[in-house]
Amino acid sequence: MIKALGYFIEIIRGIFITTRHFVVNLFFRCLAVLGIKTKRKGSVTIQYPEQKKEIASRHRSLHRLMTRPDGKPRCVACMLCVTVCPSECIYVEAAEDPDPEIQKYPAKFIIDLSRCCFCGFCVEACPEDAIRMDTGNVEFAQYSQEDMIYDLDKLIG
Amino acid sequence: MTETLNEMLIIFIKIVCALAWLLGLTLFLTWLERKESALIQDRLGANRASIFGIRIIGLFQPIADAIKMIFKEDFVPSFSRKFLHTMAPFISFFFVAITIAAIPFGDNLRIGNRTIHLQILDFNVGLLFILAMLSLGIYGIIISGWASNNKYALIGGLRGAAQIISYEVALGLSLIGLIMVYPSLRLSSIVLYQGELLFGFLPKWGIFLQPLGFVIFLFAALSETKRAPFDLPEGESEIIGFFTEYSGLKWGLFMMVDFMEVIIVSTLLTTLFFGGWQVPWLASDGFHFPWGGELLLSHVVVVLLQVAAFNIKVFFFCWLQILIRWTYPRFRYDQLMDFGWKLLIPLSLVNIIGTGIIMTL
Repeated sequence: MIKALGYFIEIIRGIFITTRHFVVNLFFRCLAVLGIKTKRKGSVTIQYPEQKKEIASRHRSLHRLMTRPDGKPRCVACMLCVTVCPSECIYVEAAEDPDPEIQKYPAKFIIDLSRCCFCGFCVEACPEDAIRMDTGNVEFAQYSQEDMIYDLDKLIG
Repeated sequence: MTETLNEMLIIFIKIVCALAWLLGLTLFLTWLERKESALIQDRLGANRASIFGIRIIGLFQPIADAIKMIFKEDFVPSFSRKFLHTMAPFISFFFVAITIAAIPFGDNLRIGNRTIHLQILDFNVGLLFILAMLSLGIYGIIISGWASNNKYALIGGLRGAAQIISYEVALGLSLIGLIMVYPSLRLSSIVLYQGELLFGFLPKWGIFLQPLGFVIFLFAALSETKRAPFDLPEGESEIIGFFTEYSGLKWGLFMMVDFMEVIIVSTLLTTLFFGGWQVPWLASDGFHFPWGGELLLSHVVVVLLQVAAFNIKVFFFCWLQILIRWTYPRFRYDQLMDFGWKLLIPLSLVNIIGTGIIMTL
C-alpha cells in the first residue's frame, strides 16, 4: 500500500515535469516569435535547410583531389586508394607523364559516390596527400545514379 | 406553417454549427497534439506547411494532412469482408459525432421575441443518451477488427471491446453520485443546478460536490478515448490494433474518431463537473459577486461570455488529455484490467455510498 502510494506520487510528479517543460518552452517560443532574444531557445531543433549545424573539421564529407601549383592533379596513379577501397568505388586509369619526376598521372579518376561508404581509407592510404575529404559538402544527393559518379573535373573543381 | 419552418431552419443551423465546431476542433487538436508534444519534448513540432509562404506556426498542417489522406490509396484487402470493412469507420464516426447533439453549448439566446436554446436536442435522458452512444462506438471497433479478417486485427478489436466494456461500468457508476446530487439526467438542468452557490460563494460545480466521482470519471473516460496510457486496442507503435487493414481516409476517420472522443470527453467533463457554460457568479443580467459587488451586462455579452467559458473549459480539458497522453507510458493489459475492476469500480461504489450518507445527513 505504502509502495503504491509512492508510485502515485511519482505519477503526479511526472505530469508536473511535462507541464513545466510545456509552459517554459511555450514562454520562450513566444518570446522568440515576438522577436525578443533570449539565451534559452525553448527548443533544441535546428531548422535544417535554413539553419545548418557546423560540421566538425575531421568530418568525412565529399572528396576532392588536390592539385600541384601548375593545376595538374597531385595524384601519381599509384593505385593505393583503389586497392584499399572496401567498396571498390574508385577507378583510376594511369597515363605516362613526360616529367621523369612524376612518371605517372591519372588519365581517369572516377569515384562512384553511390557505392562509397565514406570510410576515409583512400585519404589515409594516399602517399601524395592527393585526395582529401574536407570539402564540408554533405548535400550531394541526386535523382539518378549516373549523377553520383564523379570524374576528374568534378573532383578537382 | 412558417413557424415550424423557422423552427426547422433553426435546428438545421444548430446542427451545422455544432458539427462544424466539432470537426474544426478535431482538426485543431491534430495540430495541438503535434505542437504540445513537441513543446513537452523540447522540440518545435510541425511548422513547415505553408500557403504562399505564410506559415502561421504550422496551423495549415491539419489541412495538408487531410489532403494527403484523401489522395492516398483506399486499399481494401482481398480477404476482408468488404461491406462491413467499409462500414466500420463510419459506424465509429457516427456514434461519436451524434453525441454532440445533447451537449449544451450555452444558455438561451434571445433574438427579438424568439428564444433559441444553444443545444441541439434538450433530452430528459441526455446523459444516458451520451453514455449509450459512446458504448455503441464499440461496434465500430469490433466490426473493423472482425471484417478485416486478420487475426491480429480481430484480437485488437476484442482487446478494445474488453477494455471499453470494463471501463464503461466505472464510467456509469461514477456518474450515479453526480445524478444523486443534481437530480436530473437532462444535461441543461444539470448545468443550471451548477449555477447555484455553495456556502454563499463557491459555485456549485460537480468538482466541488463530487471530487472522487470526477477522478474516477476522468480515468474511465480517458480509457474510453483509447489513447495512451490506455491505447491497448490500437497500440500504434508495437501491438497491432483493430485498424491495421485500413488505409487512406478510412484510417483517417478512425484517427479523427479518437480526437472527437477526446473532445466529447472534454465537453462531458466540462458539462458535468465544471459547470458547463456557467461562469462563476454570472447570472442572466450580469455578475453578482458574493462580496456584494455587481456588474450588470447586456444579454448578448452574457451569452457570449457563457459560450466562451464553455469553449475555454473544453479546450483546457483537451489540452490536459493530450498532456496525459504524452506523459504516461502504456498500461500492461493485466494492470489495465486490475485498475478498472479492482480500483475504479470499488471506488465508485464507495463514492455512491458516501454521497448517499452525506445527502441523508
